[in-house]
Amino acid sequence: MILRLAPVLIVTLLVGPILAGLAMAVLPAFGYLPALGGDTLGLAPWRQLVAQPGLWRSVAVSFTSGLVTTAVSLVVVLLFLASATGSRLDHWIRRLVSPLLSIPHAAAAFGLAFLIAPSGLVARLVSPGLTGWERPPDLLIVQDPWGLSLMAGLIIKEIPFLLLMSLAALPQLDPERRVAIARSLGYRPTIAWLKVVAPALYPLIRLPVYAVIAYATSVVDVALILGPTLPPTLSVSILTWFNDPDLSRRFMASAGAVLQLGVTAAALATWWCLECLATRLIRHWIDRGGRRHGEKPLHLAGKGLILLASLIAFIGIAGLALYSVAGFWRFPDALPQSVTTTHWVRALPSLAGPASSTAIIAIASTLIAVVLALAALENEQRTGRQPAQGRLLSALGLLYLPLIVPQIAFLFGLVVVMESLGTRPQHGLVIFGHLLFVLPYVFLSLSEAYRRFDPRWTRLALTLGASRNAAFWRVRLPLLLAPMLTACAVGLAVSIGQYLPTQLLGAGRVPTVTTEAVALASGGNRRAIGVWALVQASLPLVGFTIAIGLPRLLWSNRRGMRGTP
Amino acid sequence: MNDRHHLALEQIRITLGEVTLLELDAAVGPGEVLTVMGPSGSGKSTLLAFVAGFLAPAFQATGRIRLDGRDITRLPAERRGIGLLFQDPLLFPHLSVAGNLRFGMPRSTPDRSDRVEDALGEIGLAGFGDRDPATLSGGQQARVALMRLLLSAPCAVLLDEPFAKLDTHLRHEMRQLVFSRLHEAGLPSLLVTHDREDAEDAGGSLIQLSA
Repeated sequence: MILRLAPVLIVTLLVGPILAGLAMAVLPAFGYLPALGGDTLGLAPWRQLVAQPGLWRSVAVSFTSGLVTTAVSLVVVLLFLASATGSRLDHWIRRLVSPLLSIPHAAAAFGLAFLIAPSGLVARLVSPGLTGWERPPDLLIVQDPWGLSLMAGLIIKEIPFLLLMSLAALPQLDPERRVAIARSLGYRPTIAWLKVVAPALYPLIRLPVYAVIAYATSVVDVALILGPTLPPTLSVSILTWFNDPDLSRRFMASAGAVLQLGVTAAALATWWCLECLATRLIRHWIDRGGRRHGEKPLHLAGKGLILLASLIAFIGIAGLALYSVAGFWRFPDALPQSVTTTHWVRALPSLAGPASSTAIIAIASTLIAVVLALAALENEQRTGRQPAQGRLLSALGLLYLPLIVPQIAFLFGLVVVMESLGTRPQHGLVIFGHLLFVLPYVFLSLSEAYRRFDPRWTRLALTLGASRNAAFWRVRLPLLLAPMLTACAVGLAVSIGQYLPTQLLGAGRVPTVTTEAVALASGGNRRAIGVWALVQASLPLVGFTIAIGLPRLLWSNRRGMRGTP
Repeated sequence: MNDRHHLALEQIRITLGEVTLLELDAAVGPGEVLTVMGPSGSGKSTLLAFVAGFLAPAFQATGRIRLDGRDITRLPAERRGIGLLFQDPLLFPHLSVAGNLRFGMPRSTPDRSDRVEDALGEIGLAGFGDRDPATLSGGQQARVALMRLLLSAPCAVLLDEPFAKLDTHLRHEMRQLVFSRLHEAGLPSLLVTHDREDAEDAGGSLIQLSA
């Protein structure tokens, strides 16, 4: 009985708050918010919004960074998959996907900032030898007005996401056979993959791609670290207005949130048009039947670009570690003159509170998400109602809703709803907010393993007299332990990385490692940032270590449990 | 284990949409094996799924399944008292060999551990209880699977091409073992196969399905 409610509960839980939040963003945007004395509908908030200096530049940066980030990440991922030949390097990169994905956006952004800043690691390595710089040059590299460093930071994080989604979708396409056939017709391997696998793969990863667009057009934490400042991106501007002590600016912030929704929708629509155009061009390219031309450069680009992106991410994290223990460090020196634990010792007392908050929120939201996802999937198995083709689309579409509607557009409204309900900001509310984003990822990660699970195991258990519940607890759950722990690790990582839901629903009174690290961005104390960002980056790794280690420990004596059942 | 059981399939008719997949009316006495043969797509596995209680909702079935006179057509799979032997031994990889045998034993069974030890001895695997099932040979795994089925004390047994994946020299030996044990236990069995030798070794009546 309870199982049957699970799907309904999930949909209500995901869709309800988003709709309520959006409604409470739209109403104040037109002047209606009785709590703040707005009881007449009008266009005043919009007039105020349009009058903001630099608004259109903010909009333009948000819009383009969304499209450019997505296009570059997608191209890098597709080229890599096309050029992958199963070499040791390819295996190595595939293995890096999960840890790379688990690094929170903010930590990766700080890592990149430390790398490319005028006084960053790259400048130090090439100075004064190549550049002749004896002091940091006066260049605006990080937070450049065009949003280039913002895009770079996002690309580093979106590549592993799209790669993981592609790797999950690929097996059903039987790519080896497709490529083998094309090669037997004279196509070189990379070109063969791009012509016979990529067109079939794209529809399978379309929703994740849209999620990347939505995320990149509206991201807040990365934009606070790497994005332009005068003016900042639209999402950051909205946050500033919302937090303004002058409460009347909330009307304008709401109008901004609605505008953000429009910007994201426009970016998605533009992408859709580009899709149509690309489809035609690619069809023409395939029809022309070229088999060899361009193989070498495509192959090299495929290997090189992803390697570059992964290296930047990892060297960035190494940079964070270096800064966190750096003593005196004169500019052109590549390494600090001394190593010290001062920054860690100084940060430790203030780390404990936020770290435990982070853990509590992450564990609670992940547990709720896993229970709900398991209940829904178990219900699907028991009723024998596998999602049909049409229903799959709609069900999956709803799951992606929290990932495609910009956070900033509905979280404000949700805060207003909660305030009017008299709910005080506290851990529970933040956990609920995180659940909106943890649940889709946990469900997507778990559903694949669940639906692929050999139904004979359960049938066998039932014919041996076990009840449905016993079959679940004694057979399905132990056999699916590894993918379930992975789903937990994904959920923890998603929760740990959340900035905006924590900040808004906690009203700034529930500090986590992430909110504290992002708050340091404006201060510029690199040593402190190094400590906090490194802690933030390593927390999700704890989850992944357990997810990989625990099954090995438990099943050390069971050969059949290594690898998936 | 020496109870006498009867399985009756009364005017079974399974359809998918407008298409009739199979029609069948048969009775299997204690210790007898009814063999159903037919090419792939003839509805053999659908018949097994129906009798076991796993028929996919897309199919419609009419007729009645009676076990010892009791109508079990609408009962859930776990309460039918029908055991299954698959192509693969499907020993639960997370349990030990003994754990696999214990899994299906009714809770009321007295001296469970002794029964498990005896059962292992009967199939020439005495002392294998603590072993990881993945370390057993194919033939050993098949024997454990058979024992697990018998220990769960079913009232009838379904055999889903259980010898198809065994090596030729093992196949004959395993057939002998399975059929003699089922006969001893007085269990009515329904065997689905496309191997004529299976049917010959089974010795019971044969129903041929057409595609």
